[in-house]
Amino acid sequence: MSIVKDRAAGLSPPTYLELREELSRRDRSLREKVVSLEEAASFVRDGDSVGIGGSTMSRTPMGMIWALIRAGRKGLSCSRSITSSDGDLLLASGVCDHIITSWFSQSILWGVSKVMRHHVETGKARFDEWSHMAIGMRFRAGAMGLPFMPIRSMLGSDVLKQRPEAKEIECPFTGEKLLLVPALNPDVALIHVQRCDAYGNAQMDGLQFMDIDLAMAANKVILTTERIVSNDQIRRAPDATKIPFFAVDAVVELPFGCAPHECYGIYEPMLRHMEYYVGLVNKEPVQGMEQYLQKFIYGPKSWSDFLDLIGVDELLEAARAGQSLYDA
Amino acid sequence: MLKAQGHTAAELLTILSARQLCDGQVVFAGVGIPLLAATLAQRLRCPGLTILFEGGVIGAFIEPGKLPPSTNDQRCTIRANMVLGSAEVLLLLQRGYVDLGFMGGAQIDQYGNLNSSFIGDPRNPKTRLPGTGGGNDIASLAKMIVAMKHEKRRFVEHVDFITSPGFLEGGQTRRASGLLAGGMFRVVTDLAVFGFDEEKGRMQVISLNPGVTREQLQDNTGFALEFATHPGVTEPPTDHELKVLRELDPEQLYIA
Repeated sequence: MSIVKDRAAGLSPPTYLELREELSRRDRSLREKVVSLEEAASFVRDGDSVGIGGSTMSRTPMGMIWALIRAGRKGLSCSRSITSSDGDLLLASGVCDHIITSWFSQSILWGVSKVMRHHVETGKARFDEWSHMAIGMRFRAGAMGLPFMPIRSMLGSDVLKQRPEAKEIECPFTGEKLLLVPALNPDVALIHVQRCDAYGNAQMDGLQFMDIDLAMAANKVILTTERIVSNDQIRRAPDATKIPFFAVDAVVELPFGCAPHECYGIYEPMLRHMEYYVGLVNKEPVQGMEQYLQKFIYGPKSWSDFLDLIGVDELLEAARAGQSLYDA
Repeated sequence: MLKAQGHTAAELLTILSARQLCDGQVVFAGVGIPLLAATLAQRLRCPGLTILFEGGVIGAFIEPGKLPPSTNDQRCTIRANMVLGSAEVLLLLQRGYVDLGFMGGAQIDQYGNLNSSFIGDPRNPKTRLPGTGGGNDIASLAKMIVAMKHEKRRFVEHVDFITSPGFLEGGQTRRASGLLAGGMFRVVTDLAVFGFDEEKGRMQVISLNPGVTREQLQDNTGFALEFATHPGVTEPPTDHELKVLRELDPEQLYIA
């Protein structure tokens, strides 16, 4: 395994000075960083460890993942709180062979992902399972510039037996058993937000999942956003800014950037498309997936061309349901 | 799924587990039947029940017919008191703010250990399941209710893999592993309601569901059953419980 992989797995975490050194090399000045989706994909290198924002079918940076698959990235190691069809696509396209997460299937609605099963059971890919809180505390340790965080879950379970990267200790203050989970500082984080400015000041509505810790832990952050707003607008509500510009390296304006997943307050998941997808790939995890990749990932000329394939009816329906959140 | 007296097994499970909740409690609910049962309890008897979801929600009021497909969807936040990060909501379990954890299960053993990770030998599994999600955190840190279908292959002597800990190997083994709080409280199935022996940490029948015999229950269980001193008979679902439940899930997302 490469150093990057070891790092992602928590086997060989970077030293504090290495982490500081990587950050000091980033241009943290107040500058515009808007790029195209294709350009943003070039910020991710083969073999990188990649932290993915959102959770399950919510605020998943699907457009960015779509672009990485089209760019033919290889050997990525991806971490996420909870992994849905984004993980299927990453494994089946050959972009990624290592997933670090707490739960991996399309959604509880559709049972166990046959794509995940195919790749993990045949040993083509590795699925490192941690508890949900452990993933959160690994990003948090990374965000805090500390090598680990102590937690009280996972103890006694077989989940822990499979994770030698975590260390049981006796608390020096109380003598109680605690588990130390290693920091996760991804090479790059992919995060989708409702709005940000050209500098990368990002405002997130609703469920934030682990995205703030993820952004602060990563060595590079690519934001996709439903829309780019002016810096003046950001400054009118600075309390809504959740990720500061100096943590962000690229900004891509990408409406419906989570499709077919949801973006809080803007659209719900496109469940008809998801059902079509799940039907196809859970029936035939290899050929069905190949068909999906050809038609929906490699086939379209652009992201809007992909949205066109989902269909305007379904997009509008998802948008109407998403925005109705504010009627309640 | 088993039909009995005009309701599905999932409806029975939901109603019986909803009865385990009390007004004023703080409940951390998983997706599916737990989410639905907690919402049902809120509608029927417990308007002051506070529901937490791992997506980062405090005080959810799920709308009838708008059940979320996971506990991380925006539908979970409608009319909630607060949304927060997922690590933050899970940390409430660790701090001790949560009265009850409430989950479904794929496989359970006599000590209430749950497996949602592997079927067969984990080194060479027959099936890789989705994994713990927040399940391990909830079961490690809170008093637990589990609602699940009762089948012999799901009720086993030892689970293939301990994803979410019950009382581990029984006795004091849970505490000795460093899990100082929480533990299994109730397991609700379509055949019976179980508690746990305090000393042994082993599952025991506290009531049989209507029409279920001891023999039938044993035949569907992969370990020797223990019965509480005077096991009762579960009250069947009332028409009112069924009516409210069906209003909550008109599309039969979880109660089919």
